[in-house]
Amino acid sequence: MLRKLLFVLPSVIFLGVIAFSLWGLLSERDPSAVPSALIDKPLPEFDLPPIEGLTGPGLSSAALADGEVKVINIFASWCIPCRAEHELITALAEEHGVAVYGINYKDKPADARLWLAELGNPYRSIGADRQGRVAIDFGVSGVPESYLIDGQGVIRFQQIGPLVGPDLEDKILPILEEIRR
Amino acid sequence: MRRLLALLILLGLLLPGAAGAVNPDEMLENPALEERARDISKGIRCVVCQNQDIDSSNAELARDLRVLIRERLEEGDSNREVEAYLVARYGDYVLLKPPFKASTLLLWLGPFLLLLLGGAASAAYLRRRATGQAQAAPPEPLSADEREKVQRILNEGREG
Repeated sequence: MLRKLLFVLPSVIFLGVIAFSLWGLLSERDPSAVPSALIDKPLPEFDLPPIEGLTGPGLSSAALADGEVKVINIFASWCIPCRAEHELITALAEEHGVAVYGINYKDKPADARLWLAELGNPYRSIGADRQGRVAIDFGVSGVPESYLIDGQGVIRFQQIGPLVGPDLEDKILPILEEIRR
Repeated sequence: MRRLLALLILLGLLLPGAAGAVNPDEMLENPALEERARDISKGIRCVVCQNQDIDSSNAELARDLRVLIRERLEEGDSNREVEAYLVARYGDYVLLKPPFKASTLLLWLGPFLLLLLGGAASAAYLRRRATGQAQAAPPEPLSADEREKVQRILNEGREG
């Protein structure tokens, strides 16, 4: 009996290796995704001035502590995927009535103003992070990134990369729904 | 010609090895602190380029993190505190050497576990082989027929 088992063992191991390889090839797993360390952590403390030349209060963690569920979107005018996701960010704010705030990452004020004038400004307010220092407190690995914040000011979801296509319906809105509950 | 070539190779060897990404303007004036900053940077993953440390990465975020590390060192943070600061923002993922804790137990102890398993398997195999030889059943005694046959053959040899 044991001997027979020993004969079958190599085939079993081989099948195991095949299954593992298939999983690696076919699963939806993104091996370059940076796991987020900030989920279920409170919003980092920050106080950013507005984009130079724009009126507005800027953005600070103190001002965001209003008990509302919100989205913080980190963007830059030089970032192409930010342009791609802008339509969706706008829809999130205007069609779905979500409070969306912006952090303008390492941007020239003139470029940022032009970008907003051209594409529209869906943000309730925008903080300018010219040094990129606040973005590091958010654990940013690149722009764009978006954070879903619950009423207690806790980060519940971090989107790395642009929100495009079905991301709004399939990902963001369901999570917001869950956070609101 | 040969001499020139040798000279060129020699000169080439004198150049510093692959210059890092650390720009002179980032460096600290205190050489001890700078040394520590380099040390820490070599263990921090560049989250943009992922399999490179930030000490050798040219990515802008890597530069920001290098500057940040130096700032924290100047403020008197220990190496461990600087690393904890980065881990709080980017998770253990930012460390090129994963820490030893419950979720990484298999990673750190896996090789030893395999060694142990392999060793046990080999030991079992060797022991079975050794005892197998010692306990090999003694040959069956000859039957009356066979004994007679042997006797005949032996006698033939004598007569021949």
